[in-house]
Amino acid sequence: MLPTPEKAPPQKHSPLHFKTYILIAIMVVAGPIGNLLLAKSVREIGHVRFWPPSLVLPVFLHVFGGLTVWAGIACQIAFIVAYMLALSIADYSFVQPAAALSYGVVAVLGYLLLHEKVSAMSWAGIAVICFGVAFIRNTHPRTTENPN
Amino acid sequence: MLEFILFFLTIVVGTWGELCLGRAMRETGELQRFHPGEAASLLWRSLRVKWIWIGVAMMTVAFFSLLLLLSFEDVSFVVPVTALNYLVGAVGGIFFLGERVEPQRWIGISLVCIGVTVVLIGK
Repeated sequence: MLPTPEKAPPQKHSPLHFKTYILIAIMVVAGPIGNLLLAKSVREIGHVRFWPPSLVLPVFLHVFGGLTVWAGIACQIAFIVAYMLALSIADYSFVQPAAALSYGVVAVLGYLLLHEKVSAMSWAGIAVICFGVAFIRNTHPRTTENPN
Repeated sequence: MLEFILFFLTIVVGTWGELCLGRAMRETGELQRFHPGEAASLLWRSLRVKWIWIGVAMMTVAFFSLLLLLSFEDVSFVVPVTALNYLVGAVGGIFFLGERVEPQRWIGISLVCIGVTVVLIGK
């Protein structure tokens, strides 16, 4: 029996890597920005009342009448689309932990845009996440064959 | 006991729902190039794969379990525990999607898990 030939070592700059990184980058940026915009739009509205039922339509129009909420929804759609497309080309066990970089984006956005205080412990956790993602990046994004 | 069931539903069932999305996309095909038409067609075809709907149902169960859990447990306890989903994801990747998780990826996933827990505790 002939030995099975070894697979060629993965190239770090293959089209698969490029597509995967771009899609993860979209997820990491669009997810937190979407959350931020939705949170902002909810805070702008303040306390919402749905009773009596005659209030439902005005509240609905008020909630969905602003630009912020639609921008937030668009970002959330971009996140889920990028997630699904990333899963079409790369392993779940590659994409899911790599997307944890969004914690870093949340902290940086909060610090720079909202001037929120980010604790030293949070920065330490973000550093550990980045370190972990660097390890994952060294593995091949896809370890299974596509059935199609 | 109820807490354990809710944590199970939130972490294991929620992550397994995402794994089902992964399986659906794997069965649908692969994004060959960045073209809006191709991406839309791929997503549209994925809606005909049963795993998408199983995944969405599982993620919905997980979402409501999380809400229920948060109704009687502290956020500072519940949210960091959910970081375990990275480990569940790796195990599911191996057994459900047939992925090969090599030691280096395990180290990375474990570090991400620890890092996310530290971030969430630090909030």
